[in-house]
Amino acid sequence: MDTSRSQILNALRNSRTGIPFSESQDLPKIPVPEWNLEEKVERLKNRMEAVHTEIHECTEKGFGKIFREVIKQKKITNLLYGKKTNWGNKLEAMRQRGPKTMPELIPYQKKIEDCKETLFSVDAGLTQTMGAIAETGSLILKPDGQEPRLLSLVPPIHLAVLDSKRIYSTFGEAIREEGWSRPMPTNVLLISGPSKTADIEQTLVYGIHGPKQLILFLIR
Amino acid sequence: MDNPCLKRVFTKLPEKRWVMFLDSGELETLRNLAGGIRRDTVSRLPDLLEELEPNCQQNGIQVHWAQTTEEANSIVLNIARKADAKLAVKGKSMVSEEMELNHFLAENGIEALESDLGEYIIQVDHELPSHIIMPAIHKNREEISEVFQKKVAPAKKSDTAEEMTETARQVLRDKFRRAELGISGVNFAVAETGTLCLVENEGNGRFCTTMPRVHVALMGIEKVVGKLEDLPPLLTVLTRSATGQPITTYFNMISSPRQDGEKDGPEEVHLVLLDNGRSRMYEDELLRDTLLCIRCGACMNHCPVYTRIGGHAYQSVYPGPIGKILTPQLEGIDTAGYLADASSLCGACVEACPVKIPITDILLKLRHKKAQSKKEHHWTELEGAKNLFEKITWKGWKFAFSQPWFYRMQASILSRTAQFLPDQLPMLRSWSRFRMVPRFSEKPLHQLVEEAGIAEE
Ligand code: SF4
Repeated sequence: MDTSRSQILNALRNSRTGIPFSESQDLPKIPVPEWNLEEKVERLKNRMEAVHTEIHECTEKGFGKIFREVIKQKKITNLLYGKKTNWGNKLEAMRQRGPKTMPELIPYQKKIEDCKETLFSVDAGLTQTMGAIAETGSLILKPDGQEPRLLSLVPPIHLAVLDSKRIYSTFGEAIREEGWSRPMPTNVLLISGPSKTADIEQTLVYGIHGPKQLILFLIR
Repeated sequence: MDNPCLKRVFTKLPEKRWVMFLDSGELETLRNLAGGIRRDTVSRLPDLLEELEPNCQQNGIQVHWAQTTEEANSIVLNIARKADAKLAVKGKSMVSEEMELNHFLAENGIEALESDLGEYIIQVDHELPSHIIMPAIHKNREEISEVFQKKVAPAKKSDTAEEMTETARQVLRDKFRRAELGISGVNFAVAETGTLCLVENEGNGRFCTTMPRVHVALMGIEKVVGKLEDLPPLLTVLTRSATGQPITTYFNMISSPRQDGEKDGPEEVHLVLLDNGRSRMYEDELLRDTLLCIRCGACMNHCPVYTRIGGHAYQSVYPGPIGKILTPQLEGIDTAGYLADASSLCGACVEACPVKIPITDILLKLRHKKAQSKKEHHWTELEGAKNLFEKITWKGWKFAFSQPWFYRMQASILSRTAQFLPDQLPMLRSWSRFRMVPRFSEKPLHQLVEEAGIAEE
């Protein structure tokens, strides 16, 4: 195997000619759009709604009311969430205050091997987001021990919460500002709408393998 | 039109508004940038691979190198055996098709199940994909429904695209839960961070790379990029050229297996770097440009030959213009060189390619090489190929016009993607020098007529 490695690399090295492209030519630059907060919000909403994302704008205070309405309308009886997170704590407090209008809260606390049954049977999952990208209409998620990778994939409804102050104009800007690179978070996801396919006669159908619905609470 | 499903094929996607945000100048800048990044990457290929490897390893990703598809297959088999895998779920991977991995694993008692809906339909029906982005594009709804009735879920009603999608969802979710191994391709691997990036709409890729205990990612050595900052322009041209979307539903950046404190994600991640003739392409300064390809499929969508004869006529893993230059170089000029002849050199692919691969120049060079390698048989073979080309072209025409559905498929591809064509398409050039290029209607005439309330017959 090691010989394969050196043979491939040697073959490439032996046939390399000239100076690297980057030293001989300048790459064109794409200007970053200068959008203010309102423009970014507008753009994000347009993009995401165009791919079937349901968006509810609210203040942090007004979240509880809108959230309960959505829960009722979507008939969500139980909800998987991340414990010891900002929004996880809020959900718990809401449930304590008014258990009747809140779904049963199930924290994602066990290893996947021990909780597949729950994961595949809950009505919905809620995650926070690290930010969003206005240009493409994408949410940025950084799954971790509190909010595992599958929380935004397996439940049929994905509820996401976004602080509107964290909307970047472009993906490039997000990469620079978030200071990724080394060490990269173990997993970073851009999510732009519920899962979809057009593999049968190019008919667009939402909800193939991942969530069937994506509902965003945009906190202003 | 008595088929309600066909009507929906032409439903105008809201995403198409994207077109309005780009003028042709911006489009050209974007192509220059994406092409430049790919050229730079390929010019530093060995360095970047040597940067990628330790960075992956540091993140906990195990790196394997394979010169041939046989070697890559046996690496995957070893990993599968160690994981005690009976069932592997697969995301879309062209490299795995190069390797004929499914077949190989099956021979060794391991079921490898495709999970991209299009690939799944094709696999269940024992066919080969006909397009690299839309593998089942040659099948109509009735045919797919029959496949579902016979081979997927006989008890379920699966007539509409929605019903079939739901059936596939349920069947495959069960497989995702059970599989011990997940296999995926890689769209970009970032050298500076050791990150594997996957682009998809369905979520099956995320399942395959997250749910099973072991994940194997298969990658051609050319898929590496230098920096995270190279990703945005490449991602943009890839998704726009492939399906006209500003972005896919998921862009998944995987940097390590499950870490302490994490509750899911694979415990092992393996990266297999496959050469399979790529380092040979690297020897020649022109043929090397074949390695710039990001597998977006635009060259197929805009190829007048492909859109008429369909992907199966090429009889190779990679159909269309990219297949014509890639396959002879992967499989050898003597066995697959005929593909280089089956082109009219109209150049539509070159104009459509988002990274500006000189496909026609490469075709000519391959023809030349083939002529050199087999001088004595040259003429008879060339004649043969010409005949094959003519035959499939005419057959394709006849087929297209006798099958309304097929004709509509072409119309649909064009109306969805033709807007991205630069104005300087060779066949339009003499027209566009002094005039505006007429835009393809976003809806085919069929649909406009129908919407105007005029009955079809
Ligand atoms: S050759 Fe160009 S257009 Fe064709 S698949 Fe590759 S990148 Fe896309």
